[in-house]
Amino acid sequence: MHTQSLYQEVILDHNRKPRNYGVLDQASHHAVGHNPLCGDRLEIALNLADEHIDRIAFQGESCAICKASASMMTAAVKGKTRDDAEILIQEFRDMALGKLDPGSQHHLGRLTVFAGVRDLPTRVKCAILPWHTLQAALNSVTSISTEAADDPMHAPVGGAS
Amino acid sequence: MTPVEPVLEPQLTAAFDVERIRADFPILKLKIDGKPLVYLDSAASGQMPQPVIDRLVRYQTTQHANIHRAVHYLSEVATAEFEGARRKLQRFINAREDREVIFTSGTTEAINLVMHGYGRKFIGAGDEIILTTLEHHSNIVPWQMLAEEKGARIRVVPINDAGELLLDEYEQLFNEHTKFVGVMHVSNALGSINPIKQMIAFAHARGVPVLIDGAQAAPHMQIDVQDLDCDFYAFSGHKMCGPTGIGILYGKADLLERMQPFKGGGDMILSVTFEKTIYNTIPQKFEAGTPPIAAAIGLGAAADYLSAIGMEAIATHEHALLNYATEQIRRLPGVSIVGTAALKAAVLSFVVEGVHPHDIGTLLNQQGIAVRTGHHCAQPVMQRFKIPATSRASFAFYNSMAEVDTLIAGIRAAQKVFA
Repeated sequence: MHTQSLYQEVILDHNRKPRNYGVLDQASHHAVGHNPLCGDRLEIALNLADEHIDRIAFQGESCAICKASASMMTAAVKGKTRDDAEILIQEFRDMALGKLDPGSQHHLGRLTVFAGVRDLPTRVKCAILPWHTLQAALNSVTSISTEAADDPMHAPVGGAS
Repeated sequence: MTPVEPVLEPQLTAAFDVERIRADFPILKLKIDGKPLVYLDSAASGQMPQPVIDRLVRYQTTQHANIHRAVHYLSEVATAEFEGARRKLQRFINAREDREVIFTSGTTEAINLVMHGYGRKFIGAGDEIILTTLEHHSNIVPWQMLAEEKGARIRVVPINDAGELLLDEYEQLFNEHTKFVGVMHVSNALGSINPIKQMIAFAHARGVPVLIDGAQAAPHMQIDVQDLDCDFYAFSGHKMCGPTGIGILYGKADLLERMQPFKGGGDMILSVTFEKTIYNTIPQKFEAGTPPIAAAIGLGAAADYLSAIGMEAIATHEHALLNYATEQIRRLPGVSIVGTAALKAAVLSFVVEGVHPHDIGTLLNQQGIAVRTGHHCAQPVMQRFKIPATSRASFAFYNSMAEVDTLIAGIRAAQKVFA
C-alpha cells in the first residue's frame, strides 16, 4: 500500500486537536502504556459507572498515529459498556494486524482509517498502544508495555544502533 | 585539558567519483514504492559492495570446509583464507600482531568478551569503571552486569549541550578505585568524535586499561590501534561493508594472555581431560567453536575494499556530505540538529518541531529515504537532551550530495503534511 494513505486528514486532525485530552478527576480506572522502542508514553483514565464508560481522558507523548488512535478511541468508547469496548479493542487489534475478516460485521466505523498500519509492522504498535492501555485500564492493570513478554504484539523491531 | 585529536580536514578531491563507487553496490539500484532508494542508515548497518558479495560466493562455492581441523585440501584452503582475513584486519587497524585480532560475532560480543575475560577476573568489589553518557547500550549493559555481580561501581563522564565529552570531569572521576575505562570512538546517536587518544593517555598514566567501542569509527576513518595505544578496540563487520555476524576485538597480546576464556568449547583448547583442560593460545583461546568462516573472509574482503578506496578519501567525502547536509538542514525552520560537536562523523540526528520522529521516518520512507528513528540504543543520550527519540540520517562514502537534497526535500514534505 502507499503509506501516504495512512496520514489521512482525519488522523492529522485528531493529532492536531486530540479529543478527550487531559486528566480526569476521580477516575475509577487508570493505566499507563509504554512503547519502549520509541519512548511513547500514554496515560488513560476513565470512569466506569454502571458498567458504562461515562468519562474518559488520555494524555502523553507520542507520534501522530498513536495520538490520533487514542483520540479516536476515546471518542468511540465514550458511553459504551465495558463489553462493547472490549469488542472494539479486539476488532481494532485484528484490523491492525491484518486479521480482520473483510466480510465480517464489525463496529469500527471511521477507525478503519488505521487499517493501513497492517502494512507497516513497525507502526502497528503505535496504533495499538492506546487500545492496549484501555484494556489494561478496564482490567485495572496499572502499567503495560508493548514489549511485555506475554504481549501478543511482542515482536522485536529495530535494536540495531 | 584541551583536545589534541587530529582534525579531519575536508579536502574535496576530484578523484572521489561517488557514481563509480555507487555502481559497486547493487542494493543502491533498488526502488522503494517506485522511488530510488536513498539509504541514510549506514550507522545501523552498511551496504555490501559486489566484490565482497563475490568473495562470499567464491568461498562458499569453492573453498568451504571447517578450519583448524582436517588435513584435507579444502580445510587447508579455508584455514588459510580465514587466517588471511585475520591478517587483513590486522593491517586495517595496524595491530602489531595478527594474534591480537580476535573474531567475534560483532562489537557487542567483543565488549562482552572483555567484560567476562578481563572484567570478571580483574575487577572486584569497590572497584570503579568509567563509561560515558554517549555510550551505546552495548557498552553500558555488560558493565552493569559486572558491577552488579562484583559490587563494583560505574562512573559516567557527562557531555555538554553539543554532545562533547567533558574531559575535566573525566579526569576528576579517576581515583584509586578506578580499574577500567570504556568509551566509544564515535557516537552512533550524535556523531561526536571523542578525544580517545588523550583519554587513553590519561588513563594509562594511572595504570587503567581502556576499551574503545569503534563500531562507528572503523567504517569512516583510519584506525591505528598502536598510535591510539588502546588496550581493546571493538568493531563490527556489517557497518563496514562486511557481513553481519562477524566483528573484531583487538586486544594487546599481554592483556589477552592474562584474561580468562569467554566461551568454552572446541578450538579454544590444547588438550581436554575430565581432570584438566589446557586452553589454547590467543587468539584461538577466545574463538570457541566453528566461527563464521565465510563472514570472516567476507570481512577481510571488505577491509581490502575500503583500503583500496582509502580511508582518508572516505573520511573526506563523508565530511563534505555532513557539512552540506548540516548547512541545508539548518535552513529548515522548525528543524534542529541534536549533536553539534566540533569534531563529528557523518551522523545527523535531528528533531522536527511538532512532528514525532516515527512519523518523520514513515513519511521519509514513502519517498524512498531510509533513516533511523528512535533512541538509537543510547537512551542516556536521549535523557540528556530530554527527548524520547530523534530521526537520524547517517552517511557513508556511497552517498551523494543529490541524496542530501532528496532528504531535505523529504523533510520539507513531511513538515507540509503536519502543517
